[in-house]
Amino acid sequence: MAEERKEFWRWPESRWTNPEIDWKKGKYITCGIDVGSVSTQGVVMVDGGLCCYGNIRTGSNSPDSAINVFNKAAEGTGLALEDIQYTVGTGYGRVNVPFGNRAITEIACHARGANWMYGPSIRTVLDMGGQDCKVIKIDEKGKVTTFFMNDKCAAGTGRGMEVFADLLGIPVQDVGDMSFVVEQEPPPVSSTCVVFAKSEAASLLRAGWPKEKVLAAYCSAMAHRVFLLLEKVNVEKDFAITGGIAKNQGVVKRITKELGIEACETRWYNKAYADKNVPFDTQIAGAIGAALFGKALSEKLGN
Amino acid sequence: MISAGIDSGAKNVKAVIMKNGKVIAKAMVPAGLDAKVSAGEAYDEALKTAGLARKDVQKVLITGAGKKDCDFAQGEITEVGARAKGIIYAMPNARTVIEVGAEEGSAVRVNEKGDVVDFAINEKCAAGAGSFVEAMARALETQVEKMTDLYDRSTEEIVMNAQCAVFAESELVSLVHSQTAKPDIARAVLTAIADRIVSMMRRVGIEKDVAAIGGVALNGGFIKAVEEELNIKIAVPADPQYISAIGVAIAAAAE
Repeated sequence: MAEERKEFWRWPESRWTNPEIDWKKGKYITCGIDVGSVSTQGVVMVDGGLCCYGNIRTGSNSPDSAINVFNKAAEGTGLALEDIQYTVGTGYGRVNVPFGNRAITEIACHARGANWMYGPSIRTVLDMGGQDCKVIKIDEKGKVTTFFMNDKCAAGTGRGMEVFADLLGIPVQDVGDMSFVVEQEPPPVSSTCVVFAKSEAASLLRAGWPKEKVLAAYCSAMAHRVFLLLEKVNVEKDFAITGGIAKNQGVVKRITKELGIEACETRWYNKAYADKNVPFDTQIAGAIGAALFGKALSEKLGN
Repeated sequence: MISAGIDSGAKNVKAVIMKNGKVIAKAMVPAGLDAKVSAGEAYDEALKTAGLARKDVQKVLITGAGKKDCDFAQGEITEVGARAKGIIYAMPNARTVIEVGAEEGSAVRVNEKGDVVDFAINEKCAAGAGSFVEAMARALETQVEKMTDLYDRSTEEIVMNAQCAVFAESELVSLVHSQTAKPDIARAVLTAIADRIVSMMRRVGIEKDVAAIGGVALNGGFIKAVEEELNIKIAVPADPQYISAIGVAIAAAAE
């Protein structure tokens, strides 16, 4: 079934341990697991501070993915499932987290996670997931005030970008940078549907367009598609983008340009972290929110 | 009066030659890189079958996705108009026509003269187009032509949740992984596309007889899925892929 060729859509998995946190000294050790349609993230938080995270591709079985991501996050920390006081599952496979104490919707978790990652000034979160795209308005506590979501159509989702990376034979993590290697910004790909956009891209390549130019045209089409979703809410500052596509500057810069509002840098990933080569992963917002809910629930239980 | 009609589709280019209101030749070639070249090839092949040359044709018109790319047609007509005229030639009692082309699906209501009464069209999303079935057949590791046979062997009704062709492909892969029987998946795919087309038919109003044209009309499983959903009979004319081209040739003769 698997074809003998490189799979360009396969984005790199990641993990990180915070050297500044010793979980053994923590009071509340909580875990958040976000089982998405394309990727799964797991974080462990100690008293509301990020201890470690893992980010993997979702397998064909949600419970396995949940366990695998916990193991990935806990790698080298000595943490075991028994050490976790409370686990909250989120994402489309949230009810399939075998060690989960509770499931909370990804909208609430992303809102809460974005509030932690980017700070209480965030009012609008754009989460660009693997198979959906949502705009969430939040208050200073990270509570959801309103949201809009597209989960019916691959245009404007990570899956759509994976399909394109495969078509052009460009590793998906290089798409953003390559899309800026053009003399002039081409008009966006005119088809909304990813299937049609693929045939449109194929004919642009045949017409002699370099791959970079086709990528630019696709990134700006995706940006416009997302802009139309953003337009449904009154986008207020501060504005943050989470999810896998947030790593793709080719889409991010084109969205913020069309919107006229800059996207915030995360508060969590500051220069001090950057100097220490801490990998920053925009995909973990949902899992962070879940772990924070876990802490609140754990406190309520009084343990 | 000798007229010709070209239907330059996203996947195939069809050409029809008519003489005094009767089809005398037809040809179909795959749409190549250059729609202009493919249109010329289909036209010349049909002319060859008819034993005619381009100069013998009094009027030639064109329709379809590639209609702007043609150096010999003297004008163009809309796809919807072509379908309406073509179906009344082939099946005078038809009042509702559905078509599923490679990149669009449509439902058209026509009157007895072959005029368009109302129509609905989807050209924005692959979920209601032939490429949906193709993508699914590929993911199922089968051919579109074999989908009907699979449909007939289905024993259990399952529903696909995803509408989007891209998401449906992932869903289909997980169905395959979870050992769902191939015939049941094939049926779910054809039912899904039938759903899209039926909703368009409801928008224009369903008046009998109902006819299906275009390449997907040859897919018996799809026709059955629509029939089951609406509980009415769908008629398929001979050579359903040529109906639009015939409509164009009729329009050419009338000008």
